[in-house]
Amino acid sequence: MSDHEYVPKSKFGKWFNDRLPLLSLASHLTDYPTPKNLNYWWTFGGILTFCLIIQIVTGLTLAMHYIAHADLAFESVEHIMRDVNYGWLIRYVHANGASMFFLAVYIHIFRSLFYGSYKSPREIIWIIGIIIYLLMMASAFMGYVLPWGQMSFWGATVITSIFSAIPFVGEGIVNWLWGGYSVGNPTLTRFFTLHYLIPFLILGLVVLHIWALHIPGNNNPIGIDIKKPSKDTVPFHPYIVIKDGFALLMFTIVFAFFVFYSPNILGHADNYIEANPMVTPAHIVPEWYLLPFYAILRSIPDKLMGVIAMLSAILILAALPWLDTSKIRSAIFRPLYKQFYWILVADVIILGYVGAMPAEGLYLLIARIATAYYFIHFLIVLPVLGSKEKTIPLPLSITEPVLEASSNLATAKKKESLN
Amino acid sequence: MPEKKSERRKFLHTASYTVGAVGVGAVVWPLIDQMNPDASVKALASTEVDISSVEPGKSITVLWRGKPVFIKRRTPEEIAEARAVKMEDLKDPQKDEDRTKNPEWLVMVGVCTHLGCVPLNDKGDYNGWFCPCHGSHYDTSGRIRKGPAPTNMEVPKYEFVNNNIIKIG
Repeated sequence: MSDHEYVPKSKFGKWFNDRLPLLSLASHLTDYPTPKNLNYWWTFGGILTFCLIIQIVTGLTLAMHYIAHADLAFESVEHIMRDVNYGWLIRYVHANGASMFFLAVYIHIFRSLFYGSYKSPREIIWIIGIIIYLLMMASAFMGYVLPWGQMSFWGATVITSIFSAIPFVGEGIVNWLWGGYSVGNPTLTRFFTLHYLIPFLILGLVVLHIWALHIPGNNNPIGIDIKKPSKDTVPFHPYIVIKDGFALLMFTIVFAFFVFYSPNILGHADNYIEANPMVTPAHIVPEWYLLPFYAILRSIPDKLMGVIAMLSAILILAALPWLDTSKIRSAIFRPLYKQFYWILVADVIILGYVGAMPAEGLYLLIARIATAYYFIHFLIVLPVLGSKEKTIPLPLSITEPVLEASSNLATAKKKESLN
Repeated sequence: MPEKKSERRKFLHTASYTVGAVGVGAVVWPLIDQMNPDASVKALASTEVDISSVEPGKSITVLWRGKPVFIKRRTPEEIAEARAVKMEDLKDPQKDEDRTKNPEWLVMVGVCTHLGCVPLNDKGDYNGWFCPCHGSHYDTSGRIRKGPAPTNMEVPKYEFVNNNIIKIG
């Protein structure tokens, strides 16, 4: 944070800043030197901050009308939709906002995977990011339970029952989570409490995420270390602010399309039926953003092993900085990694697709192959590539390939336009 | 003397941490235990069901502790089918005789032992139940035959109060 010494111009500013250096912080944030070759994939950090704020603001206003009680929750949501002024808008923004949040976070994560943003010295940023992602999943899951529809109820039952796979104490843990012998009112009220709490935990972690980012500075598409500030950087304001702002505008168009033209397309019709503990919907699936992990859970025929595989699939990401042993960050200079990267992207999309399909026949076979490949990518492909891959020589600076027509120029340019 | 002094200090540290840990544990436990099933939930421990109107081959579902309980009046064929199964073919070996008090009446918690969905009646490869969530097949005795569920559907504590009434719990 001490890139340069900032002295406020006004006397009061100086007096205040000596006691609480908020103005120094503001100056650090506006002048923060940013690599000048950041592409649009780098705008998703800002977009995610926007998503978090939207969820908090709409969530707070929904909480003014929602009633967390098993007998009243479903009706109170319908009350919000029909009676509360703009209730439909606030709820649709909140419900679709969760999907938009995950859309942005998946792009953000896959950007890191492509450009090696998780590698030294950015491991802590990455791990905080994974914790945020885990909290997002927990919060989204619990939020989905609150309307107390059929999918809410049975989603809650299935996901909490995952803990019953733990030997010996599983049953006790599940009853503890439920506050009863099945999902019921005590479950609903505690989920509401936690759903309210978690976004603020995420907010705190976002501050740490950005703080940790500002120590080494941003990675960039070429993935080389740059001096900052230097001719390779531009100040955050106005350059990145404007670029982020434009990307955010594009993103909100997509967001608004869902909210105004197809607000229920990402949801399930069954959730407009009130929770009924006697009947499970014929086909229960989680929200789209959890489908790849759901596919992994179902692809393993053993209950405990299925749960372990699903959790490992998420936690393995935290170990990524040490599994990927290549010193080169950006996939632009890693011809083999780049191909495996796209195979992984396809693999995760396939997992998501089969996760939404019934777990039988060909779907099950595909899910098993895709699950196996997911782990092979992280546990075998990445460590082997680290030592075997022949990488393309790196430029010395961001400016070099632009000023001198080196062989990298063509590669770098071509790849960037592709991505 | 310095050696002795450092040992004393080490002991004092360990003792302080131990007392501190016990104190923290004592304060945290109520905060954790408040999430466990409360007295009013536990009070709903048993329920009585009139079964006089159930025809052979039919079943009813009742709610007990918030969970569905299947009460099935089995046909002689279904009982015979359940009893003909070899123990080697079962994932969770259990004789049909041990799962019923009166072979005609099968009483079990209608919750799939995989992840808690309610299996569908008269479905699946074994003429028993089929869980639509993740594809577990149960036989006419409610035993797991195929799919991810690890154990048979649970038989709750129950008794026949008289010929027409079952008390579950």
